[in-house]
Amino acid sequence: MVNKNKNLALTGGAAAAEALRQINPDVMPVYPITPQTPIIETFAKFVADGEADTEMIEVESEHSAMSAAVGASAAGVRAATASSSQGILLMAEILPIASGMRLPILMLVSARAISAPINIHGDHQDVMFVRDAGWIQIFSENAQEAYDNTLIALKLAEKVRLPAMVVMDGFQTSHSVENLEILEDSVAKNFAGEYQPKNLLLNFDEPKTFGPVALPNSYFEFKRQQVEAMSGVVPEIEKVLEEFGKISGREYDLFEKYRLDDAEKAIVVAGSTAGTAKVAVDELREQGEKVGLLKIKLFRPFPYAQVAETLKNIKQIVVLDRTVSFGSSAPIFSEIVNAMGRTDLQSCIYGLGGREIFKEDLKKVFSDNWDGKEVKYIGLK
Amino acid sequence: MNWKEIEEGAVIAHDIKKSPKTGDWRYMKPVVDKKLCAGCASCFDFCPEAAVDFDSERKADIDYDVCKGCGVCATVCPKRAIKMTK
Repeated sequence: MVNKNKNLALTGGAAAAEALRQINPDVMPVYPITPQTPIIETFAKFVADGEADTEMIEVESEHSAMSAAVGASAAGVRAATASSSQGILLMAEILPIASGMRLPILMLVSARAISAPINIHGDHQDVMFVRDAGWIQIFSENAQEAYDNTLIALKLAEKVRLPAMVVMDGFQTSHSVENLEILEDSVAKNFAGEYQPKNLLLNFDEPKTFGPVALPNSYFEFKRQQVEAMSGVVPEIEKVLEEFGKISGREYDLFEKYRLDDAEKAIVVAGSTAGTAKVAVDELREQGEKVGLLKIKLFRPFPYAQVAETLKNIKQIVVLDRTVSFGSSAPIFSEIVNAMGRTDLQSCIYGLGGREIFKEDLKKVFSDNWDGKEVKYIGLK
Repeated sequence: MNWKEIEEGAVIAHDIKKSPKTGDWRYMKPVVDKKLCAGCASCFDFCPEAAVDFDSERKADIDYDVCKGCGVCATVCPKRAIKMTK
């Protein structure tokens, strides 16, 4: 099977759209926003060419896009959409409704800065803004992972009945053409399978009410149940990743460990910067430095125990966030501190609003001595 | 109920057999004169309870299990084929 896979050169956005074509969602309510638009444009072409028979609904806003996705998913069909930045913020009211109603909606995100000042370039502030919305969040490093994670997230979401966001870096990944390998259509379709909803609105033989009021005597219980659903994600994704590994030959884990085994210094980072960091690690390793990288993939739920176990023997850990959390610690840094219970970890902020980060910047992160007392800003003028 | 036992996503399943017959609340009862009914579906459109259906001859047919007797159907019927009775 693996031999029949196709090698293509695609942008991250087009790669994710390829996965969507193979998934062939029943409904896709869409609204354009940079840098997500290439995903839905590419997908719209597939629909126009008859390569997918998805019902695309061109709605009037992202709020409507997510609302329509909730309606379609509650009706019992596979629903997907895509967005970025202000679009995700406009959806923010509906995102917890999707997770609270346990609807496995798939959303592709080309992550971008948020206003003000207005900026269309990549960082992680939009997805981090909605990190408590009850959605599964998976970060992708490159076009290959954007494609793979789209298939993985769909299957995972439908198994645990929670919505999932697949995140790629705006422009760096969504608009950069890279080589990747896609699965044969029949293999991908077989992996995605048929969606079997647990509850569906349009079943007149078994009438059900969706979205009722839950007063103080029951609301708390539904939220507790949602916490439990999230905690079921890690064991489930391990099974999905194993199955995906068999059909693709690409072995994934909850996060990527890159030359960490004997490392004394490590960077923790999510998204496309991990690619640059790997080159920095390789060059420093050639000079005999014991350095490594932990690349965050599954961010929600956060795999605390596994991350803590992986990083426990590493002396110096620098966590790079492409987000600021005003008046608080940066999101990934907070999670690593929470996982490890250490106070000597270093937080660095980089890449806001699409600010470049280079290999030399990352090599410097390894060569500097950090005490973790103060947040550092890489590439700040 | 315990948090482990409730239906996820706050979905409520209904047993139609056990559902309350809201028609029991009715005071006035609409009766269709099937000879006058033209099958125009005005009552069908206006009924707030979706209690109007059509019989095999496309004449208005009221489901008295759910009709609350509001009388909208009798008011909107252009043929005055629906009379409200006690």
